[in-house]
Amino acid sequence: MTRLNARIPEGPVASKWSDYKSSCKLVNPSNKRKLDIIVVGTGLAGASAAASLGELGYKVKVFCYQDSPRRAHSIAAQGGINAAKNYPNDGDSAFRLFYDTIKGGDYRAREANVYRLAQVSNQIIDLCVAQGVPFAREYGGLLANRSFGGAQVSRTFYARGQTGQQLLLGAYSALSRQIALGNVTLFNRRDVLDTVLVDGKARGIITRNLVTGDIERHAAHAVVLASGGYGNVFFLSTNAMGSNVTPAWSAYKKGAMFANPCFTQIHPTCIPVHGDTQSKLTLMSESLRNDGRIWVPLKKKDVEKLRTQSIKPSDIPEEDRDYYLERRYPAFGNLVPRDVASRAAKERCDAGFGVGSTGVAVYLDFADAIKRKGHDTIDALYGNLFQMYEQIVAENPYETPMMIYPAVHYTMGGLWVDYELMTTIPGLFAIGECNFSDHGANRLGASALMQGLADGYFVLPYTIGNYLAAEIHTPRFDTGASEFTIAAQGVTDRLKKMKESAGKESVDSFHRRLGKIMWEYCGMARNDAGLTEALYQITELRHEYARGVRIPGGFDEYNPELEKACRVADFIELGELMVRDAQQRKESCGGHFREEYQTSEGEALRNDERFASVSAWEYKGREVAASLNREDLQFNEIKLSQRSYK
Amino acid sequence: MNFTLKIWRQKNVAAKGELIAYDVSGISPDSSFFEMLDTLNQKLIMTGGDPVAFDHDCREGICGTCSLYINGRPHGPVKGVTTCQLHMRSFVDGDTIHIEPWRAKAFPIIRDLVVDRSALDKIIQAGGYVSVNTGGVPDANTIPIPKEKSEAAMDAAACIGCGACVAACSNAAAMLFIGAKVSHLALLPQGRVEASKRVQKMVACVDTLGFGNCSNTYACEAECPKGISVVNIARMNREFIGAKLFSEKEKVVKVSF
Amino acid sequence: MFLYSSITKKVLMALAGLFLVTFLSVHLGINLMLLKNDGGRLFTEAATFMGTNALIKVFEVVLFVGFLLHIIVGVLVSSQNKAARPSPYAVSNSSDTSLLSKYMFHTGVIVFLFLLLHFFDFYFIKIGLVAPPPGVAIHDFYSRTLLLFSTPWYSLLYIFCFIALGIHLNHAIQSAFQTLGWNHGKYMDAVKFLGSAYSLIITAGFTLVPICILFLKH
Repeated sequence: MTRLNARIPEGPVASKWSDYKSSCKLVNPSNKRKLDIIVVGTGLAGASAAASLGELGYKVKVFCYQDSPRRAHSIAAQGGINAAKNYPNDGDSAFRLFYDTIKGGDYRAREANVYRLAQVSNQIIDLCVAQGVPFAREYGGLLANRSFGGAQVSRTFYARGQTGQQLLLGAYSALSRQIALGNVTLFNRRDVLDTVLVDGKARGIITRNLVTGDIERHAAHAVVLASGGYGNVFFLSTNAMGSNVTPAWSAYKKGAMFANPCFTQIHPTCIPVHGDTQSKLTLMSESLRNDGRIWVPLKKKDVEKLRTQSIKPSDIPEEDRDYYLERRYPAFGNLVPRDVASRAAKERCDAGFGVGSTGVAVYLDFADAIKRKGHDTIDALYGNLFQMYEQIVAENPYETPMMIYPAVHYTMGGLWVDYELMTTIPGLFAIGECNFSDHGANRLGASALMQGLADGYFVLPYTIGNYLAAEIHTPRFDTGASEFTIAAQGVTDRLKKMKESAGKESVDSFHRRLGKIMWEYCGMARNDAGLTEALYQITELRHEYARGVRIPGGFDEYNPELEKACRVADFIELGELMVRDAQQRKESCGGHFREEYQTSEGEALRNDERFASVSAWEYKGREVAASLNREDLQFNEIKLSQRSYK
Repeated sequence: MNFTLKIWRQKNVAAKGELIAYDVSGISPDSSFFEMLDTLNQKLIMTGGDPVAFDHDCREGICGTCSLYINGRPHGPVKGVTTCQLHMRSFVDGDTIHIEPWRAKAFPIIRDLVVDRSALDKIIQAGGYVSVNTGGVPDANTIPIPKEKSEAAMDAAACIGCGACVAACSNAAAMLFIGAKVSHLALLPQGRVEASKRVQKMVACVDTLGFGNCSNTYACEAECPKGISVVNIARMNREFIGAKLFSEKEKVVKVSF
Repeated sequence: MFLYSSITKKVLMALAGLFLVTFLSVHLGINLMLLKNDGGRLFTEAATFMGTNALIKVFEVVLFVGFLLHIIVGVLVSSQNKAARPSPYAVSNSSDTSLLSKYMFHTGVIVFLFLLLHFFDFYFIKIGLVAPPPGVAIHDFYSRTLLLFSTPWYSLLYIFCFIALGIHLNHAIQSAFQTLGWNHGKYMDAVKFLGSAYSLIITAGFTLVPICILFLKH
């Protein structure tokens, strides 16, 4: 086991970043032109990084699997973006944002990174407003803030329920401007299938053109992965259908370590699963919990009657309802962090109190809020969400309570990066959800947008310069080099082999099976026996997949089944690693809940002695188990304590 | 529920396409339209057929990837939703459903129901941005913006770039798309600075891409899944006329260091 | 002309169109004088004024330019629109929009054909290109009109053409406002209403003349 060094600058936490910025190496403008950078992904992190690097004068190539960079899944983020502006004068500061993020992450994130995140958060808002992002405003014309995800200050900026969309369109417009100026070249409809290393440094990627099927080679002085999270390992998640781990996984197989893969976030307010053909889950913004009250029936006989539809939820009298979050967490009530709310819903449903036709749902009731604030106020606040719900479920939330259930939403784990956001492969950077660094074991609401844009706009442009300053004498690469040929051949062989298997089961069917295993054994609650079982089942599935997957269509054409086949193959391998990681982390923290490690009241029980660290996995070969390395987390600013929301 | 689907199949841009009929059965009314197509594709894969290619990604109505022309309407029969948010309960059991790709010269077909909408990206690249670089911008609250202006800008900025406006337009015009972007930025003080330049560049660009002209039939507004109003087209026209008639001429100033 | 942007073309069309719209009311006013039971004295006076006044002569040229501009740009725009969708949909569009607005080109062509006929019947006679029918003096528009409208098929054709014009105008007036950027939530409904009312008045007014002549035979 190696102890990883994050290369955190010396000095007090508040001045680390400014000290770093004033001492890091710079690249002369005339040299920037000679340096190529590849950016994979065009979400908030990728688009903002590509745009900013283009503005600095680097030659950037940006890749996305979608038909347009504007469609990356950051677009679906609803709630908002945090910043420590303290505009409402309610006592916020960079330190408080830092503190809340570390605590919310259950003390499993790196202090220096999170502090930097809190520091640059304000600049993000300034930039986005300058780009024309139409944030919500007050009548006086100044920006509006709201409290979000249980934060005690109002630090969330938002654009209706479409904050992610508006921020992404801002980054996309900046990116478009750089494309027009010729500083950035866009490669859309490309899957990134391998990372190319030359002399141990990341020097390029192998892509498949999804329209023509061509295997293409691209070289650069540095590669930035911004390929997002891996929630689709669960098959059903709030991720986009195309969201995948493949670029990150290919980097992992080339030597980049994968950190905390078992840290996944299960979001409490999603629309419940309706049946076997379901392809994806839809999130309802967490802001609903500001006014909605979550409950299930107190009596089993009411559960039965609801299921047979002999009574309506509104028929159940107040005293027969169990507002279990308010009961268990009187201080925070319905606004407890996501991991806590999700587990509590699972606990009630497992105990047999779940509602809906499947019994795996709980009520989110607005009746009281409508009575208190009036129909119109509620409509102004949540009208679009109510509409969305009605469109999907065909029930009117004004008349009958919404039904919700937790769903996989975000992955805190990802490629291990140091303070400079560089992975363990020199020249390979990972930003946004793709890396592991800022959210620890649980992400707070409105923090993902903040992190993606912080990395892309304000952190990477500095840290990548520090790396590239030593590369100014390296001439542009020829993709004819043997490293590229071998990697491209490897990709072609892999696709051929997969296609040859000529099995009887479709890719989706395998994916669904993988998802069921992961959800069952590595979802909201995990235990050693289950994880052992999962490991066994996934290994079986992997072998079956190798000989039994059926992929129609050809190589040299638009073939979505072939795209999916590569992604699912990687998800199966990743699933195995997640399970191993969950198994070795013998504690409960944040979204990782091991049933063996809980307090007498059923809360997560951390083990700071052994696990106040990052687990970083190193690839050792196809049939060999990955090896585990650790980075110890130092907490100098914040005292570790039991998270309590009572 | 059971349906007969008539789906446009076309191997690639050069190939000739045709409508092919398929039957699907046992579909839950709670299924989304895409889940119904998933079921068809699974069946096709298992019987050695060729699955239908269609564009989709977020399946929650915001990414703008999905693009099906269903029974003569972009995104199908329900107003204000994208194809991915359409559910089978909106159809009648036994219906015949025609599914075609967006059709426009500017949107060449890639395969089956998948079209290439890069033209929309090109329009944004022509000027759909505020020319500010990362860093060096004033504090976000320096410029107050009237709430109603900011809300109107947000209404226009809600565009998801799906291209339903082009698909619905009898002239395959992209005026609602570009009008929405021009309006979004022209309504905000940050975007005003280069408003006249922007509208001229974007209109000049859209004219080179093979889109038709606006004839104010407002089919775009009727089909926009985000309900974007044609008032934005009028605003763009206003901006354009104003820019052509009154904007300052740009001088080339030579600077020597 | 190809160099002008789509919006410029549309603005030219709208301006020319609005000019033609105002001309129509002048023309209607003169036509309605036919209905005065004075043997066509007032009508002939007005027609003579229109045919001899120098200012009106200048406006006649402007009018022709307006027509030409509106027609040429209209044809050009329509052909570009057609080219923008080379392969049509199998199921034609059923979007929830005003049905008639899609037939601007068709109603435009009908109006254009009527215009040609109108030229043969009156203008070409006036400028001496075409000989007047026997028994009618060159400048006797009154008798000419009565003669034409006493033929039922001609009157029906005339009425049909003006219904087409009404449909054209109904969309055209608010459309011109939209094109010129005058669309605002505050007054667009009023613009639409007034546009429809105006087109109804034009169609009703013009078709009133043949109806009266046919049925009343005064």
